[in-house]
Amino acid sequence: MSGHDGALTGSSAAARTLLRAARTATGPRPNPEGAPRQTAVVRQRRFDAVQGAALVAAGLVALPLVTVLWSLTGPYGQTLRHLADTILAEVLLNTLVMCVLVGLGTLVLGVGTAWLVAACRFPGSRQFEWLLILPLAMPSYIIGYAYMDLMAFAGPLQTAIRTTFGVGRGEYWFPPLSGVSGASVMFTLVLYPYVYLLARGAFVEQSACIVDAARALGARPFEAFRKISLPMARPAIAAGVALALMETLADFGMVQYFGVLTFTTVIFRTWFGMGDPVAAAQLASGLLIFVLALLLLEQHSRSQRRFSRTSRRARLLAPYRLTGWKAGLAFAACALPVALGFLVPVAVFLQMQIKGGDAVFSEQFLTLARNSLLLAGLAAAFITLVGALLAYALRVSQAPLTRGAVRFATLGYAMPGTIIAVGVLIPFGLFDNGLDRLMQSTFGISTGLVLSGSLAAVMLAYLVRFLAVATHSVSSGYARIGANLDDAARLLGAGPAEVVRRIHRPLLSRSLLTAAALVFVDVMKELPATLIVRPFNFDTLAVRVYNFASDERLMQASTSALCIVAVGLIPVIMLSHSLRSEENAQERL
Amino acid sequence: MTISANRRQFLAAGAGFGALLAAPSIVRAQTDKVVNLYTARHYGTDDAFYAAFKAKTGISVNRVEAGADALIQRIAAEGANSPVDVLITVDAGNLERARARDLFQPVNSEAIRARVPAHLRDPDGHWFGFTTRARVVYYHKDRVKPEQLSSYEDLAEPKWKGKLLVRSSSNIYNQSLTGAVLAARGEAATEAWARGIAANLARPPRGGDTDQIRAVFAGEGDLAVANTYYFGNLIRENKAEDRPMFEKIGVFFPNQGDRGTHMNLSGAGMAKAARNREAAAQFLEYLASDQAQQHFAETNSEYPVVASVPAPARVAAWGGFKQDQLNAATFAKNNAAALQIMDRAGWK
Repeated sequence: MSGHDGALTGSSAAARTLLRAARTATGPRPNPEGAPRQTAVVRQRRFDAVQGAALVAAGLVALPLVTVLWSLTGPYGQTLRHLADTILAEVLLNTLVMCVLVGLGTLVLGVGTAWLVAACRFPGSRQFEWLLILPLAMPSYIIGYAYMDLMAFAGPLQTAIRTTFGVGRGEYWFPPLSGVSGASVMFTLVLYPYVYLLARGAFVEQSACIVDAARALGARPFEAFRKISLPMARPAIAAGVALALMETLADFGMVQYFGVLTFTTVIFRTWFGMGDPVAAAQLASGLLIFVLALLLLEQHSRSQRRFSRTSRRARLLAPYRLTGWKAGLAFAACALPVALGFLVPVAVFLQMQIKGGDAVFSEQFLTLARNSLLLAGLAAAFITLVGALLAYALRVSQAPLTRGAVRFATLGYAMPGTIIAVGVLIPFGLFDNGLDRLMQSTFGISTGLVLSGSLAAVMLAYLVRFLAVATHSVSSGYARIGANLDDAARLLGAGPAEVVRRIHRPLLSRSLLTAAALVFVDVMKELPATLIVRPFNFDTLAVRVYNFASDERLMQASTSALCIVAVGLIPVIMLSHSLRSEENAQERL
Repeated sequence: MTISANRRQFLAAGAGFGALLAAPSIVRAQTDKVVNLYTARHYGTDDAFYAAFKAKTGISVNRVEAGADALIQRIAAEGANSPVDVLITVDAGNLERARARDLFQPVNSEAIRARVPAHLRDPDGHWFGFTTRARVVYYHKDRVKPEQLSSYEDLAEPKWKGKLLVRSSSNIYNQSLTGAVLAARGEAATEAWARGIAANLARPPRGGDTDQIRAVFAGEGDLAVANTYYFGNLIRENKAEDRPMFEKIGVFFPNQGDRGTHMNLSGAGMAKAARNREAAAQFLEYLASDQAQQHFAETNSEYPVVASVPAPARVAAWGGFKQDQLNAATFAKNNAAALQIMDRAGWK
């Protein structure tokens, strides 16, 4: 099984038949609870340490979400009725349209560019491999500010048109950048790299033999892509689009600035404007349930299929060499998202920085950068670890409790950071004050607040918010490792830990790296949870941007914005570098 | 042995996280040499103010900056053990909400009572305003004569159709303004007014207050509703590309014939959980001192609350005006109703 690639499902089914035969030959395996017999060895393990740890982690993460859901038991007040009577229909429509547009946009941009750089060679294709990731470093609120500044009626482009051609308001056409469509374009530009990264990973890891077989059987490039590459990459693509959509649903800063009423804006209007936190939490619960339904739907729609490769690819897919207008088209298709999602906003901020930025090389600024790096680094390590644990639990466990808990724990990515922050504050406050009372009554000492207002609280908020990024990345990596590999290893006498160490870890290295890089960049950009939960005097670059931007001093904000982008580039470049060296190593095999 | 790599990584991460938990990052000083702020003010220029306070009193200022509602939630969640000494917000309604949730304790300060006008502080001393800002009408001098303007109510008249610029109803300043109209005119008239505003908009609401002013200058509309300090700060920064705008944009204070121009305030109060009471009291009194009042007026173009401290020349140049003396309890009560009215009226 190790030397060549076989048909996907065929070989793993064959492996299972073999295993079953082996099992029967050696007599019935212990099955004390009388649990239904399962097909693969790895799935037959009972409740064990891994599942226990996964449950604990999921429970910890679920705590703030449960705090939010708890509101559903509360009274349903007049506020919800008012919303239903007035703006709720429009809000739902806006949210839905935005999801559809961002979903389609990230799908087309992400999958298209991923396939171009993975399967084709054209001038610049190697460079685009990493250039295409760059917009990931751009926070959505920052790109929103940049484009609003650039494209507004009072902005430089429209002013230039008016003065050059001597036309007035309404006498010329200019692409309007506002509302749902404008916001969707912004989201697409910064979120497509999620799809790109995961899809490209899937395309690159796909067995060359299968695609070659398709080509040998006369499939044209696009046909091979549509019939073979695309379905095989589907779990990864779905994970990427899900991440992009969840991020879209959670955003507040950009939609607020663009004046779009979405589910998030309504949650905040209800909470802050109408002073009704219960109704706000009930709305947030609705959002949670909506996302859960969406994820289950996607999962169900592919539950009948199994996508995996049977062995480590021995060689890279021979790329299509594009020339002439085809190469030009491919180049343009890859250059456009990089230019719009990265170069243009960076140029806008550079120009602001030159005109009147913040003092960059002050001591304060170094502290901000250090704090941002500290949080992002810690969170990347911690959250990737937990994400890997949960992804592993999903792989080996059939227990509905574990699977359900893991699914639930990853919903936080669709929650606005502010809601998560409050969801963290409440249980931590209860714990701290309970502990304080206990210690005072038994030992006469006051412990005060232990967790509240500490970096641990910030880390938990991040874990709740970004666990999905790590879990989905690792899970989509797992989806490409056939269960038959585990089966074979176990059959050869390896324990579960050895399977993880010798099979999963090397095969997952790309996914783990992707997960860590994504979390790192996400934390660099994160604002609301940091803002609310952080300790005293703990400012980050994102906080600095927010302070200036909410004071409408975009010029000063430009400096920190550029720094977030610059620092966010570090993991992005590291990621692309190590992906490259891994591929080179494989190519030499 | 086989599982050691995985387990070792796991343990290391666990230990690292444990160390984080153990590190008490909260300042729980009982000494009166520190004051802990939770503040919704986010103006970079306030850093200099905290430094000045430390230079004067030797008391260092620790702060967490975030939105007022989130901070109120945080104080409530942290309970009696909360490290907060002073809560600062930028909307009167938020102060009143914090008082209603019993998060403040009264401060009995003769200095504050003597310097801050009665309508800008809580009668029981739970909080007081230390700066005010007016929500005014900006107009383009080439296209609008000030004689054509009169009141907020007038902005809803059909003659301004397609000429008005104002940001979203999600913005608290607009909610407070609508709350003020509600207090003066009642629900039905306010809803009709909000409908008129929504109908007169030159474009769907977007951007911040400064964006509205710039859009008037660029010609996207003729009138904008925005706070005073945004324009004051633009003049203070005096950027070359903004200078032509200063000539062309006029500031109009509405409702001078009746209740006065709508004002909001930035205020502070001592938290109920406060441990550093002495330092907190000193800090609060300092907010009302001449030095502090001048600082806020100069660096952020806000109006001082202390009568003897003048507004900076660029702000004073817009002229004196009659202020609406709506009290904070009305602010807190009316915001929710105002937002519902705006929802019904289609003010996005």
